[in-house]
Amino acid sequence: MHLNSLMEDTNITITIIDREDVSHEIEVPTDMNLNVMETAKASDLPVEGTCGGMALCASCHCYVTSSHELPQASDDEEDMLDQAFFVESNSRLGCQIKITQEVDGLVVKLAPVD
Amino acid sequence: MIKTDILIIGAGPVGLFTVFEAGLLKLKCHLIDVLPQVGGQLSEIYPKKPIYDIPGYPSVLAGDLVDNLMEQIAPFKPGFTLGEKASEITKNAEGNFQLTTDKGTTIVAPVIAIAGGLGCFTPRKPPIESIDKYEDNGIDYMVRDPEKYRDKEILIAGGGDSALDWTIELADVAKKITLVHRRNSFRGALDSVDKVMALAQSGKIDLVTEAQAIGLKGDDKLTHVTVKTKEATNDLSVDYFIPLFGLTPKLGPIAEWGLNITKGSIEVDTTDYSTNVDGIYAIGDINSYPGKLKLILCGFHEGTLMVQSAFKRIYPDQKLSFKYTTVSGVNAFE
Ligand SMILES: Cc1cc2nc3c(=O)[nH]c(=O)nc-3n(C[C@H](O)[C@H](O)[C@H](O)COP(=O)(O)OP(=O)(O)OC[C@H]3O[C@@H](n4cnc5c(N)ncnc54)[C@H](O)[C@@H]3O)c2cc1C
Ligand code: FES
Repeated sequence: MHLNSLMEDTNITITIIDREDVSHEIEVPTDMNLNVMETAKASDLPVEGTCGGMALCASCHCYVTSSHELPQASDDEEDMLDQAFFVESNSRLGCQIKITQEVDGLVVKLAPVD
Repeated sequence: MIKTDILIIGAGPVGLFTVFEAGLLKLKCHLIDVLPQVGGQLSEIYPKKPIYDIPGYPSVLAGDLVDNLMEQIAPFKPGFTLGEKASEITKNAEGNFQLTTDKGTTIVAPVIAIAGGLGCFTPRKPPIESIDKYEDNGIDYMVRDPEKYRDKEILIAGGGDSALDWTIELADVAKKITLVHRRNSFRGALDSVDKVMALAQSGKIDLVTEAQAIGLKGDDKLTHVTVKTKEATNDLSVDYFIPLFGLTPKLGPIAEWGLNITKGSIEVDTTDYSTNVDGIYAIGDINSYPGKLKLILCGFHEGTLMVQSAFKRIYPDQKLSFKYTTVSGVNAFE
């Protein structure tokens, strides 16, 4: 999907695997200050994003399955992951993963919801 | 039985401000909320965060906004039923609504305003297989009466304040307590973290970190919780399993009241935010209409228009004259 086709050269592609194991390849601009939660929502994937991306709800819990070296999770993110379920070593909050050139090719899988 | 003019379900910012607008029209309100405190999402999710889009406040802490709303509505003496869930609505012989809570409180009113936000705040349930089966048969999502756990074997899961606080409190009551947490560090208040560490060191509790509860075993009643650590997976014998992972909003009973609901929101007519059920309105985050934005200020607007319509419904023969508060002032209720 093209969120912003005019800015083609600043776009990257990430893959979000939904809870039915379907892969969605999504092209997203890096200059709109987006994160993975917002990207998923914009593509109508079932992510609530209740807190609007403030690491306060865990509804955007996902697993990073590609080998990207992401910035370490903040204390707030870890604290919120404490309230999530099926947390694995590759668990992250999607809203805390910024869409930048560094995450081009990122693959995340949505965690189960309660 | 409690009687009021407008029964407001949900004491979030929108429900609270509606009391003020109703009060200007001399309508009395009663609010119900499942949470023990008022303020909805603002108190439960982000009390210490600043909000920047409340007109007239360049910045206001969510908790302070709630305090201010409480002060603003105080002259209109709203009634509160907190810590109870609105579960059932029926109509009585006079055509008024009769609402019953999960604790059996009944409230009668000619008009109901649903200001239920994202839904009832309910404990987060770990999605462990057959967890429903053991609810009330060995699994509790909150501690109501510590005595229930006297001389029992308890497993508490979670790393926040409530997990720590109950571990400390029940350490003297239960026969055995195991606290299971995903990480080595805790996010709770420092003081409680220290206490829990001390209890673990003295052997009063079993602290299992970098671990998760992943399975449940038992017959009619829960007997074991499967706990996975980095090294091993073990079945721990328990009388009770208490998962404490905070609260999350769930639509809840509102879904069963015959209202038109799409994607978890109640459809309303934007002339007065009425629902498809005559006499029931929906305002704030819970409603949906073309162009809807889930913002506090939009909810305030919706509540304001809604009470005008409620007035006409309650007093069909009375004329309503519109007055600014600068002209009329705020006439407190006796
Ligand atoms: C992290 C975060 C940041 C936000 N930032 C902003 C911002 O900057 N600006 C802004 O305008 N908005 C913001 N919002 C959104 C704002 O909080 C909501 O729009 C607002 O809380 C909606 O108010 P409400 O009264 O409609 O519902 P809520 O605040 O959700 O309150 C509804 C209450 O109803 C109760 N309830 C529901 N059903 C029942 C039932 N059956 N029985 C009993 N009780 C029930 C719930 O327990 C809840 O307490 C933010 C939200 C979050 C989560
Ligand atoms: S959207 Fe709430 S934690 Fe990410």
